[in-house]
Amino acid sequence: MLSRGVHPLMAARHLEPDTPELRARWGSFAWNAENAEKAKEVLARYPAGRQRSAVMPLLDLAQRQVGAETNTQGWLPIPVMEYVAAYLDMPIIRVVEVASFYTMYNLVPVGRYHVQVCGTTPCMLRGSDDIMSACKKRGMHKGHTTDDGLWTLTEVECMGNCASAPMVQINDDNYEDLTVESFDKVLDALARGETPKPGTQLPGRHTVEPVGEPTSLAAMVKENHDYRGEW
Amino acid sequence: MPKLTVDGIEVEVPAGATVLQACEAAGKEIPRFCYHERLSIAGNCRMCLVEVKPGPPKPQASCALPAGEGQEIRTDSEMVRKAREGVMEFLLINHPLDCPICDQGGECDLQDQSVAYGRGASRYDENKRAVTEKYMGPLIKTVMTRCIHCTRCVRFSEEIAGVDEIGALYRGENMQITTYLERAAKHELSANVIDLCPVGALTSRPYAFEARPWELKKTLSIDVSDAVGSNIRIDSRGREALRILPRVNDDVNEEWLSDKARFQVDGLTRRRLDRVWIRKQGKLQQASWEDAFAAIAKVKPGSSIAAVAGDMLDCETMFAAKALLKACGSSLIESRQTGMDYAVSSLSAVNFNSTFAGIETADAILIVGSHVRWEAPLVNVRLRKAAKNGAKIFIVGPEWETTYPATFLGADVSVLSKLPKDVSDALKDAKRPAIILGGAGLAAGAHDAALALAAKFKMVTPEWNGFNVLHMAAARMGALMLGFAQQGGIKDLAAAKPAVLLALGADEVDFSAFEGSLKVYVGHHGDKGAHAADIVLPASAFTEKAGTYVNTEGRVQFADKAVFAPGDAREDWTILRALADALGVTVGFDSFAELQAAMIAEVPALGAEGVVDYGRDLPKGDVKADLGGEIRYPIKDFYLTNPIARASETMQRCSSELLHGVEFAEAAE
Repeated sequence: MLSRGVHPLMAARHLEPDTPELRARWGSFAWNAENAEKAKEVLARYPAGRQRSAVMPLLDLAQRQVGAETNTQGWLPIPVMEYVAAYLDMPIIRVVEVASFYTMYNLVPVGRYHVQVCGTTPCMLRGSDDIMSACKKRGMHKGHTTDDGLWTLTEVECMGNCASAPMVQINDDNYEDLTVESFDKVLDALARGETPKPGTQLPGRHTVEPVGEPTSLAAMVKENHDYRGEW
Repeated sequence: MPKLTVDGIEVEVPAGATVLQACEAAGKEIPRFCYHERLSIAGNCRMCLVEVKPGPPKPQASCALPAGEGQEIRTDSEMVRKAREGVMEFLLINHPLDCPICDQGGECDLQDQSVAYGRGASRYDENKRAVTEKYMGPLIKTVMTRCIHCTRCVRFSEEIAGVDEIGALYRGENMQITTYLERAAKHELSANVIDLCPVGALTSRPYAFEARPWELKKTLSIDVSDAVGSNIRIDSRGREALRILPRVNDDVNEEWLSDKARFQVDGLTRRRLDRVWIRKQGKLQQASWEDAFAAIAKVKPGSSIAAVAGDMLDCETMFAAKALLKACGSSLIESRQTGMDYAVSSLSAVNFNSTFAGIETADAILIVGSHVRWEAPLVNVRLRKAAKNGAKIFIVGPEWETTYPATFLGADVSVLSKLPKDVSDALKDAKRPAIILGGAGLAAGAHDAALALAAKFKMVTPEWNGFNVLHMAAARMGALMLGFAQQGGIKDLAAAKPAVLLALGADEVDFSAFEGSLKVYVGHHGDKGAHAADIVLPASAFTEKAGTYVNTEGRVQFADKAVFAPGDAREDWTILRALADALGVTVGFDSFAELQAAMIAEVPALGAEGVVDYGRDLPKGDVKADLGGEIRYPIKDFYLTNPIARASETMQRCSSELLHGVEFAEAAE
């Protein structure tokens, strides 16, 4: 994309071109039996005449079905978006607007695992650069899928797990409190087809409770305490 | 009715008005990009910031803020000045400095407002954003790097045109305006986004790099591509009309214009008749005016002379023709070229009585034989508004793609004698029921039945007149007012076997019915009429003569002359005046003013601008037992309905690309 003189940021997100091959592969997309039921249930959540509001959950459902069919995280080919538009009886351009706005919809094919490394300040301070290097060591690079189709790497902004930074989101799960070692273990497990425990990877930590003794609001651990006089 | 003060001026505005409207009521100019009176409020450009008390201590977007009782608005404070400068600076961060090569230059909101409200210079030092080109069809040229994301074009196509095809993809700095998969915008009003675009992102493709706005002479005129009578401005330079833009007239075209009316302008310089031609041994050969008049006089037609008026004629030309024929002792005049013969004894029975603004308020509408989108795109906009207000719309005729929910009742007019129950119920329960009878409905013989339905469903009351005929020819209502109609239509003319047939810009006539007549074509384009003619007299197109036009709602409007006709071509009335001399008769006028005065003396309604009152009494009409007939829309190709459009390269390309799917390779840049 850069060679075409496009701004590097523009290259980041774009629609997969509408080719005859794409049409041939996805032109006949339709809900599978299970998702057809789910789609009906999603539609029923919205009042009559407001069915268009279901576009976001249905795009997600479609992406998951594509994922299941391709053994990847899933993405939204143009014919699939057209299917959703027709299903909701809404103009296709409005569907594409939604799909292109939200980054959780993949507009181009992704790998089996979509590794989204948070690089925002708290994660960066806690070592996200090392996590990123660990990814690169495995042959991933940003915005691309590895040749074996296993990994797609994206750097993302804050995912709200700052208390257990650094963190990585892989498909539907977050992996937190990562070190290069624990991160490698997660990736190895995923590569073997296992499902590693999501959440914190720190032994002894369960969620984002303080590690060791509380360092802030320590006086409130046992009972309520009025700090105002001490400010 | 909240009362508030703007810069110390007290104003009272209607409930529901915005602060921006209140400021305008107080005579204060508020800069804006995204806000537009006829579109929904977006509030995304932030240019209209004002200071509002009571309220948070920060500037607020006035376009999206309701005016409240007792508000104190400041548009001249330091806070507002700084806010505007700030917004302007941000907008210009990614806007290229290519004004010298931008077609919007000189009529650009961004340019004007940055001069008026911006800082003198930029402090921005980084790289600017660039956006790849987007194809939007043969009419709209895009330079999307210039886009400031006001989303007016998106809102126009969704709300006014009713064809959802433009959208804003991606987000933040990467937001891009595009049509779906960069397909051409495919509807009859697509080019209005060019006017709406406040910057140079969407400009006119056929007009690209033609002229700067300050070079152009601006002439107020009336469009003749359909019977709506859109108010237009013709921009010309030297002898050439370069572009046509809409003028604001809330009663007629609001501020929109159909693509055909806008872009057929390049047809005015092509295939023009700019000299006299006489057919000798089956071939047209160049001749002089004297030869031509002598050739006509040689026939010695006496009173055996007939005239057919074309679809784009002004009333003055028709009146001059009528006066000429009258002086010769003939009354063989007809304007319905294609052979229609509906009764014209009552003009209110062939008029769009609801008016365009009125049809918006109808609550049940029965359309009989009209492809409204193609026959009158701007009436279709009104129908869409009516539908949005809850009107039920039913259509008799072959199906076409409506831009609003509508029920098709079949293509045969016989359905009128036995309307389905839901249709008759809707019309019966409606407070303002309306019927719109199109040309195809008239041709299928539905006139009487439509009148009967109007009576049956009480469509005409003292407050409301719901009986409408939607014509397609700009000249039609004027022609009917001047009596250009025979009882049997053009068949009566043919039956009279006139020695001379004057075809005044008439190209749709079946000339084979006038085998024995000397066919004299007086017109401006070498089209069907000239091909069939024995003598061709070059005349003026609508841009080249002043004139009076009456639109399909009976609205009299005046147009001015923008440029001179090319070559030997003359204004139509002077040709007819000279012909009177050649035939040795007196028509009673020697100047345009005298002609106009004589016309107004005969039909006083043509003297005053505005809707003519044809009375409210409609003929009763009846549903004949043998009512039946398939409706066939006369327009097969929206872009090629008249000689000017057929000569226009832009319209030809629209026709082949947008209607017939021919692909054009993009020119390499």
